Amino acid sequence: MALAKHIEELKKKREEARKGGGDKAAEKQVAMGKMLARARINALLDDQSFQEYDMFAQHEARDFDMAKKVLQGDGVIIGTGTIVGQPVCIFAQDFTVAGGSLGLMHSRKIVKIMEHALKLKIPLIGINDSGGARIQEGVNSLAGYGEIFFRNTISSGVIPQISVILGPCAGGAVYSPALTDFVFVVENISKMFITGPEVIKTVLGEEISMEDLGGARVHSEISGNAHFYASSEIECFDQIKKLISLIPHNNDVKAKKLEPKPPCHDCQIGDIVPDDPAQPYDVRDVVKAVVDSSDFFEIHEHWAKNIVIGFGRMNGITCGFVCNQPLVLAGVLDVDSSDKAARFIRYCDAFNIPIITFVDLPGYLPGTDQEHAGVIRHGAKILYAYSEATVPKLTIILRKAYGGGYIAMGSRHLRADFVFAWPTAEIAVMGPEGAANIIFRKEISEAENPEEMRLRKVQEYKEKFANPYVAASKGYIDSVIEPEETRDILLHALELSFDKAVSLPNKKHGVPPF
Amino acid sequence: MKNIKEEKLPVEKSELVRFTVNGMTMSTTLTKKFRNRRMWTRPDEKQVSSFIPGTIREVFVKAGDQVQENDRLLILEAMKMMNVIVSPITGTISKVLVAPGEKIPKGKVMVEFE
Repeated sequence: MALAKHIEELKKKREEARKGGGDKAAEKQVAMGKMLARARINALLDDQSFQEYDMFAQHEARDFDMAKKVLQGDGVIIGTGTIVGQPVCIFAQDFTVAGGSLGLMHSRKIVKIMEHALKLKIPLIGINDSGGARIQEGVNSLAGYGEIFFRNTISSGVIPQISVILGPCAGGAVYSPALTDFVFVVENISKMFITGPEVIKTVLGEEISMEDLGGARVHSEISGNAHFYASSEIECFDQIKKLISLIPHNNDVKAKKLEPKPPCHDCQIGDIVPDDPAQPYDVRDVVKAVVDSSDFFEIHEHWAKNIVIGFGRMNGITCGFVCNQPLVLAGVLDVDSSDKAARFIRYCDAFNIPIITFVDLPGYLPGTDQEHAGVIRHGAKILYAYSEATVPKLTIILRKAYGGGYIAMGSRHLRADFVFAWPTAEIAVMGPEGAANIIFRKEISEAENPEEMRLRKVQEYKEKFANPYVAASKGYIDSVIEPEETRDILLHALELSFDKAVSLPNKKHGVPPF
Repeated sequence: MKNIKEEKLPVEKSELVRFTVNGMTMSTTLTKKFRNRRMWTRPDEKQVSSFIPGTIREVFVKAGDQVQENDRLLILEAMKMMNVIVSPITGTISKVLVAPGEKIPKGKVMVEFE
């Protein structure tokens, strides 16, 4: 009897806590087109798998009449659960409780679940929906942010960290997502910025809406802060589930291997790349023609589209793909595409994911804006990332591989394990036009008909050097293969290099270009 | 540069500027990059601009044409590639501002919609 009374009390307390900010605040949240924090967790995690902690946490703030204010769970929900059977740690800020503002207890809860994730070596998912620092708690809320950023950093490369932006995430708060591996945003719901439109207007006189400044589209297409864009929260959760199913759950293990499945029949590899090197094509069709079930999970789909990155399985094994995209900007490397590829390569290396590179690029993008934006130091990141990576590195040169671009894109010289080239490959120090103009400058200028001579020399150079056989004769590529052989050869190379062991010189850490 | 009062203070050889952010005022110098920055303007969805300098090779549309999203508009050769420029929207073309053979800089408006 007495026990029943205690249980009744517990039930009542739980019910109270689950109310969050109350019905009115909940209605407001729904009116904004947003799901409630608990509903989000339940939609993302496997059914009935969520276990909540620190449900009864209360703040200890006393200034500004805070002592009278009860904030359920202090505005954040933390716990554990599973996604497609994989255990994860999760926190979700509850905007209905004091605008999801971050005070000391709120941050302590987040820190607690982060420490769990790191100790248990399982992925961490953070759902961000917060007005920012709880001003009434002053420097304590800053301390809270700092503790979170520190743990984001320390956990980097150990466990996957995923940030889901489902509301405002402004000011210092943006740095937690920025330190994590993958950021998900949703149309009309996500807002991220360091300083908002108001401040920008008063300081600089620039008028801009919140959406144009830091909406989902901006971060998916322009800034590159977000990796995945969805048009609804449910679609966003499906993307997260898919990602979790593909990646290893910490840096000690490899991704779960699934049953091998062939690519779809209608993805024929032979017809994709046009013979004429000046004709574009979609490199994603090449990836789909080699991966299991033709299922390619693209990351950063809308940003720096001149390079394509993402995950796909090869005979059940998760691989990271890095591909130049001739369809966009001719597939050149530039500031953004270098950043995009380099970070992905480092992610794959940190989490034991083999890297497969498809090469077709004319080189780095020329231009004053690129040079002044630091294409040298940004471009260097790709070289650094490939060189440092010790996971299996397999490279296929589809067509153009010229100059610095050839070296950067997972070349033998940066220790690719296997490099193959299609017969359409052109591997040379620079394009035929440029090379002929330099090498034969004198002959061209002294010829009776310089233009005719120039064309002849370009043709000569093309026939002699714009092919894979010069590089093959020097062992820089391992073999020239038919497009149809690509998947089988990759599978063979993957099997051979799957457990490769390479050690780098002992050091605290390198100093990569930033 | 509204609300940034350029104010010469008695600091030798430096150009201090008064800045107010969140009610906090400070005097500071500005970088060249900051001074030369462009004001943000909303991109016009009814204009298709070149993303790279190059040569127009083919134009598939003319003023008055109705096009669907992703229809081919023209070919811009750049970086030795025949880049196909497709329509970002469904609509009617009001102006075609380039012709085959024309060399254009980056950011040039090529096609305008009604």
